[in-house]
Amino acid sequence: MTEVHILSRQLYSSNRHRRLASFALVLPLLVFLIFSYGFPIGTMLWQSVSDKEVGAALPQTVVALASWDGKTLPDEMAFRALAADIKKARADETLAPAARRLNYDVSGFREVLFRTARRLPPADTASAKDYLTKLDPAWSDLAYWGAIRNAAGPASLYYLLSAIDLRSDPAGSIVAKPNDSAIFIDIFFRTFEMSLIVTLICVVLGFPVAYLLASLPARLAYPLLVLVLVPFWTSLLVRTAAWVVLLQNRGIVNHALIDLHILNEPTALIYNRLGVYVAMTHILLPYFILPLYSVMKGISPNYMRAAASLGARPIRAFVKVYLPQCASGITAGCLLVFTVAIGFYITPALVGGAADQMISYYIAFYTNTAANWGLACALSVWLLGATFILYVVYAKLAGGVAGPKT
Amino acid sequence: MTFGHEHRPLSQRMTRLALWVITILVLTYLIAPLLAIIPLSFSSSAFLNYPIPSFSLHWYEDFFSSPEWRLAIWNSLVVGSITALLATSLGTLAALGLNRADFPFKRVITGFFISPLVVPVIILAVGTYFFFAPLRLTGTYTGIILAHTTMAIPFVVITVGATLTGLDENLVRAAFSLGAHPVRVFFKVILPLVLPGVISGAVIAFATSLDEVVMILFLAGPEQNTIPRQMFNGIKYYLSPTITAVATVLVVVSIAILGLVGLLRRRMEKLRASAAEH
Repeated sequence: MTEVHILSRQLYSSNRHRRLASFALVLPLLVFLIFSYGFPIGTMLWQSVSDKEVGAALPQTVVALASWDGKTLPDEMAFRALAADIKKARADETLAPAARRLNYDVSGFREVLFRTARRLPPADTASAKDYLTKLDPAWSDLAYWGAIRNAAGPASLYYLLSAIDLRSDPAGSIVAKPNDSAIFIDIFFRTFEMSLIVTLICVVLGFPVAYLLASLPARLAYPLLVLVLVPFWTSLLVRTAAWVVLLQNRGIVNHALIDLHILNEPTALIYNRLGVYVAMTHILLPYFILPLYSVMKGISPNYMRAAASLGARPIRAFVKVYLPQCASGITAGCLLVFTVAIGFYITPALVGGAADQMISYYIAFYTNTAANWGLACALSVWLLGATFILYVVYAKLAGGVAGPKT
Repeated sequence: MTFGHEHRPLSQRMTRLALWVITILVLTYLIAPLLAIIPLSFSSSAFLNYPIPSFSLHWYEDFFSSPEWRLAIWNSLVVGSITALLATSLGTLAALGLNRADFPFKRVITGFFISPLVVPVIILAVGTYFFFAPLRLTGTYTGIILAHTTMAIPFVVITVGATLTGLDENLVRAAFSLGAHPVRVFFKVILPLVLPGVISGAVIAFATSLDEVVMILFLAGPEQNTIPRQMFNGIKYYLSPTITAVATVLVVVSIAILGLVGLLRRRMEKLRASAAEH
């Protein structure tokens, strides 16, 4: 009895030791990735909801507006708080960032703030409300006050809503942005549309290739597979450069078409949607062919033979027997291609025109050029969300992982 | 019962022919662009077109001797090597740990290690940029190497993990039961057995870094220019034939990498087969 007890105790402690040792091996990478990957993603998520400029510059106004109903002009107290805040913010140099943030929401707000800052009401004014509304009609506009209230911070949904063309109105309810500033839904839609078209082209071109290769003996299939693997392993920039060389106006394809008298003058094959589809499909096609090939390789030809021997016509046997067996492979391949496609940046940037840029381009644009970091991060959050959902579905289907490289 | 080609009805033979035609067209589409630019890199002309007037190594000379390209080559090699070293060390240890025993949150942790592969690079780049900027890691080699290592880690964890499933646990147990120190067991027993996987992981990690441009666009300063960034600028602003020379070199490098990884995979399969026999 005691011996069994001791043995099980020893076993338990040895398992425990084993577990600790395993975890100790995993720990360095865990720590590394938390720093170099977890924190960056965390920073990105935080930036997408962080909204503290206005609260820092106009603290008293924000407090005065906290109980405001958003339907009538705020009371005298809010106007006095605004005047005092602007004066102090101008001295502290916190006015400019706040003005920038408010200008994102209501365009023209920056000028209103700086104009007001130059002609603040005197300390002994009877009514700051009368003074300010007379100074600038903007201060009798609920939209301006609503923008301040909604930017109270320290965190808000402003950027996340903005990234899908929504905003909060002065009363605090979520409404659609006016048409002239609603651009992101169109860009997301374009990203999905382009990715879908590339995915469909991959299916149409990739399926016959995978099917034929899977039916060939190894000595024939392997050399042909190398022709899929070499471009797969070749640098994305090399392939993009190749397409630019081939498709540009004085490029090889245009030359050849003119020499063959198919064209009279060079036609635009690149810096448009056509060029993006050609180059993107070229990069993503191996992602579809390679996994589908291995799925098809695993389908025993005996099923098709059985169907044929039972008298099924080849087309019927193909649709009823073969396709169902590779359906999950096709779906997984489509999801993989689509998921990688929606994150494309370099290829559309180099072979597309202004109207062919996908969401990644705008994330880069708002980070580097427009320096609207909140918006860049909010767009990233939505793209990450879409990628995550697609990946979960993919992982359920494929039960494994395959490697994208954009 | 056999289904020889000669017994196939006409319609089936036509389908087969159509399949061959489509496959050859698609494979041409995949490989022809790469083949088309290789001869252009040996042209004496600055126009990227055929026919080639005469052959010259001028563009290779530019690639290997101009200061900008030399800096880019140097940076790519340095960043790629350190990335490969770091990603392989961390990834191999972690793969060993994940393979050895169950511990709480193992599935979550494995998912976390693989996930950088799934996140669009632009998101990694933006997040890293915002996190690194206040730490003064932007515009430094350290920052780029950390970012590239993050991107390379999933490949190492997957590749080494795949080799470890073929590892004969009994050999490790035997070594331990003979009283060997864990470090000795690792270097004398485990590492020689999983070496093909570890080298594959290192090679793929190096290739990942060598091909990466988005992180570089966000994080690198002018001193950290790499080959991909130099190519990006070339394609965007002025497509000189030097780019085709670089592309040719990179195609050769990727074929070499493909061959090396294929060779190692075959070795791993042999090891696995022999482990299964015992």
